[in-house]
Amino acid sequence: MSQATAAGQSTPIGRHMGTIVTYVGLVVTAFLMLFPLIWAIIVSLMKPGEVNQFPPPLWPTDPQWQNYAEVARSVPVFRYLFNSVAVSAIVTGGQIVTASLAGYAFSFFKFRAKGILFALFMSTMMVPWEVTMIPNFLTIRSLRLTSTYPGLVLPFLATAFGTFLLRQFFLTIPRDLEDAARIDGCGRFRFLVSIVLPLARPGLITLGAYTFLSTWNQYLWPLLVTDTKEMRTVQIGIRFLMNEEGQQFHLIMAAVVIFMIPAALLLLWGQKYLVRGLMAGAVKG
Amino acid sequence: MPEVTANPATRPRTSAPVRPAKRAPDWVEPLLYLTPSLLILTVFVFYPLVRTLYLSTFLTNPLGVPKLFVGVEHFVNALTSDQFLHSLWVSTQFVLYTVPVGILLALSLALLSIKPLRGIKIFQLIFSSPLCISVATGASIFLMMYNPLSGVLNYFLSLVGVPKVSWLTDPKVALWAVGFVSIWMRLGFNYVLMLSGLQNVPQELYEAAVVDGANSWHKTRHITLPMLSPTIFFAAVVGVIHAFQIFGEIHIMTGGGPSDATNVVVFQVYQMAFQNWEFGAASAQALILFAVILVLTYFQFKVGERQVHYQ
Repeated sequence: MSQATAAGQSTPIGRHMGTIVTYVGLVVTAFLMLFPLIWAIIVSLMKPGEVNQFPPPLWPTDPQWQNYAEVARSVPVFRYLFNSVAVSAIVTGGQIVTASLAGYAFSFFKFRAKGILFALFMSTMMVPWEVTMIPNFLTIRSLRLTSTYPGLVLPFLATAFGTFLLRQFFLTIPRDLEDAARIDGCGRFRFLVSIVLPLARPGLITLGAYTFLSTWNQYLWPLLVTDTKEMRTVQIGIRFLMNEEGQQFHLIMAAVVIFMIPAALLLLWGQKYLVRGLMAGAVKG
Repeated sequence: MPEVTANPATRPRTSAPVRPAKRAPDWVEPLLYLTPSLLILTVFVFYPLVRTLYLSTFLTNPLGVPKLFVGVEHFVNALTSDQFLHSLWVSTQFVLYTVPVGILLALSLALLSIKPLRGIKIFQLIFSSPLCISVATGASIFLMMYNPLSGVLNYFLSLVGVPKVSWLTDPKVALWAVGFVSIWMRLGFNYVLMLSGLQNVPQELYEAAVVDGANSWHKTRHITLPMLSPTIFFAAVVGVIHAFQIFGEIHIMTGGGPSDATNVVVFQVYQMAFQNWEFGAASAQALILFAVILVLTYFQFKVGERQVHYQ
């Protein structure tokens, strides 16, 4: 008996047992991790009476799909979605443009003060957002940009992180390409647009996916600069939904499930690129 | 060049020798490429940084206009106020709880899902799924599950005979309850880091160890952990910074309560600035937070450099 366990790992039965144990562990942990999401979906299909019942029904006896229609009627769900998509898309596009230009300057040019300027850029990564938040709020308010798209996006249109990420990608592009292009009469801006950017496509997608998701998840800034209901983003929408709907969790969860879809799609599509962005050093919350 | 001031139409075109075009200094073109970023960073990072320093030495009116110079008084007040020191302590507890637990959980999940089994990709996707959970989504789901009367967590506890827990209204429990949500939401990020780290460990190391008669504990202790130490170090540094900046969960789930038990630093700064409208005092508190994060990161690097094994 003791011999059998000692050799356990190498016998076919022992290896089978190991695999089965691993699978059981995988399924149990996966269920535990997904449980909050599964529960949100279950609650979103409950009747109003079932939500605050104790013990809670673990399965909606009669799935109420109309909860989704009801919450969409009482709250501007699609307006919130549109705001969040618009803000995230503008910030993403803006960062790709500014970071491409700055990353190009820091990788393909030699100039005086390059080292100092680069250090200055990188130093901004150390500054936590809370330190600049108060003056930024005062700036946006004095420009009368509260509750506008410019107010929501302006502070995030350029980051040291994006510049650094793209610079790293640009540095892998061989120098000979630039010499060859210049002999063919290709200007430096055209070289950036028609050769560097296409070659750095994975870098651009990584920056894009990462920026979109982190803008989508922003909470404190939109909370500060939106006063009107129409300009709320998804995150702020959920927050106020709980004030307005109180304990009507079936409606709140229906909205939460709708709001989760875009980020989930992004994760499914861009997981590989996101991972690269996170690995490159993500500090923003 | 006085002769070219004459009527350009009559200017002799060919007589002047062709001079090489004067080259612009080498910094002009790159500076053009840097301008958009520099503009944004100046207005929204460099200027605010200076402005925060300036505001922190003034009493301001609710519009944010500095009214009375008070020197370092706000800093002295903050560092001697029970409430601010308490919020620093709450944040410290939060960091000490969520960062190690989060990394350990992520590491276990990564070790569990690294083997090339059939369907493992699905589990890897599930384990990284909290990446797409935003603060408001996660916090509102848990706010519902933590409900003391009808919440599903208390129901599960009642099945095993545990009395109801006031998750968010008991000062002794609230910070742990919020921290748990934060760990869950952060698990996707940490898991993805750990999994990528594990995938980058060269397989030859394990093969060589097996030849030398190493068992799986030896392999984990002497190969996996040392090779993974840069990843763990990175997750710890980024995790501490992130945990010190926690806000959304607190704002949605507890509002800093009960009796300040979850009043973390950023929530304290937020209240000072945007509920009391004391921008000067809030600026000073934000700068203290900045200093704390800088010092902690510095020490992490000091200690980390000795522990981390770089290839």
